[in-house]
Amino acid sequence: MKLQNAIAAAAILSFAGTMSFAQDDNELSVDGQLISTEADAPAHMENVGTVYSGWRFRSEDTQAMQMDDFDNSGFVFVDDGLSLMASVDGSEGKSCASCHENVEDFAGLKAKLPRVNDSGELETMEELVNTCRTERMGAEPWKYSGSQMTAVTAVIGLQSRGMPIDVAIDGPAASFWERGQELYYARVGQLDLSCANCHEDNYGTMIRADHLSQGQINGFPTYRLKNAKLNGVHNRFSGCMKNVRAEPYADGSDEFKALELYLASRGTGLSVETPSVRN
Amino acid sequence: MKNQLLAALVLCVGPTLVAAEDVAPGDVAFSDGAVLASLTGAVGDAVAGRAAFINRKQGNCLACHANAEIPEQSFHGEVGPPLDFVAERWTAEELRGIVSNAKMMFPDTIMPAFYNGLEPNRSLKKFAGKTVLSAQQVEDIVAYLQTLSE
Ligand code: HEC
Ligand code: HEC
Ligand code: HEC
Repeated sequence: MKLQNAIAAAAILSFAGTMSFAQDDNELSVDGQLISTEADAPAHMENVGTVYSGWRFRSEDTQAMQMDDFDNSGFVFVDDGLSLMASVDGSEGKSCASCHENVEDFAGLKAKLPRVNDSGELETMEELVNTCRTERMGAEPWKYSGSQMTAVTAVIGLQSRGMPIDVAIDGPAASFWERGQELYYARVGQLDLSCANCHEDNYGTMIRADHLSQGQINGFPTYRLKNAKLNGVHNRFSGCMKNVRAEPYADGSDEFKALELYLASRGTGLSVETPSVRN
Repeated sequence: MKNQLLAALVLCVGPTLVAAEDVAPGDVAFSDGAVLASLTGAVGDAVAGRAAFINRKQGNCLACHANAEIPEQSFHGEVGPPLDFVAERWTAEELRGIVSNAKMMFPDTIMPAFYNGLEPNRSLKKFAGKTVLSAQQVEDIVAYLQTLSE
């Protein structure tokens, strides 16, 4: 019996050449700056001891693309974002740059979002940008996960690259966070799976050709080889829900915002990697 | 009323058509995780079962299971145990139970139920009210799994 198992295991290893068992030990440095891709899990995560960036689960080729900004195709869109921020739009005749002269002033913002504002609403980076467009520029809001939004949020997120994720989850944020946690563990769709089934219980294993990560969001917007563009975080949630044959919530919905806060908290201590590269 | 009609229509053209003699998804009887009687009243076709096992829109079993009997497909998943020699470990009745609704054998498992009558939360509209596999496909896959012996 033991022999039979050993033979079976050998047979499997021989054709599954890409078999891998966990996150790898590689270190992420971008142009000499070391970016930490793991951290002790926050106390609220009962089933996980260490949190890892999705970068640690990608192939060496994909990893390499993120280690040099010239090889990182996300930067094509960062450049688009910079031009958008310099362009006048809307009835007030202003560009983002009219009021936000130095993009560096946005350093630290990404690590703290989403957050609860003075009116008690949970707000995301996309909403902050659209508030400036509609209320300060007299311009139309951008589509929540559209190409203008991902380009500009990549520029803003990049200013925090290397800073540890540190979102508030207590006080006025607590009820949003709890809703997010509920959604994370809820089984949905015809296949009846929760985010946790894949990203908490099975990270490190292969699901067909995909190496399952913890589903961290520290690298968004993310450049994906699959569609050769930047992808917003709600758009990714939506893709995972459709894969389990579930009706996704809308991008920008209360549900996805709560889920985003909860997931950000599960990445506490991971560095912002915007714009990350994934397959 | 209109909706009911529509639903009936959808069910008729859906891929998971319930043939008159099939056990309805909600009526599948489990005993200790196994299903004793064939869902179609007949023995399945192992060749068709192998195809449904591989097909990503049907069983998609390779997403989670390695299977040395299918070396021509690359990338076998690791989420579940390898299915080599699975017929040595489980009877046909147990395999039918596992494929129909693995939660009856392994509570809280990640393995989806392929033939049950429960309506999951927020199913995409095109899948609402349907099972992942038809009764025939379940029987075909069970017949295929039975070939995985020494
Ligand atoms: C008319 C001036 C004006 C324009 C134009 C403008 N903003 Fe703002 N923006 C502000 C002000 C004022 C605030 C609030 C500042 C604060 O609370 O520190 C703000 C806040 C923000 C914030 C949140 C910053 C933080 O740290 O909380 C972001 C992000 C932002 N703007 C992005 C943009 C983008 C992107 C554009 C162009 C699409 C833009 N803004 C256009 C004036 C402007
Ligand atoms: C059937 C398994 C499965 C389920 C269930 C699932 N995902 Fe995923 N998810 C994947 C796979 C496969 C990938 C791509 C590889 C990876 O990073 O894990 C992925 C990637 C992601 C990523 C990108 C990670 C990165 O590093 O860029 C995020 C974020 C994510 N998922 C969130 C979610 C959320 C939120 C849910 C629940 C609504 C969910 N996933 C449910 C399989 C799943
Ligand atoms: C999302 C992942 C997933 C998919 C898809 C999946 N399974 Fe499973 N399966 C599992 C896991 C995990 C187990 C182990 C049971 C447990 O959860 O403890 C399992 C167990 C089994 C077992 C018992 C194996 C043993 O050796 O004890 C059989 C048989 C089986 N699956 C058949 C199938 C077939 C046939 C399909 C396709 C119709 C399939 N599975 C699809 C995850 C999956």
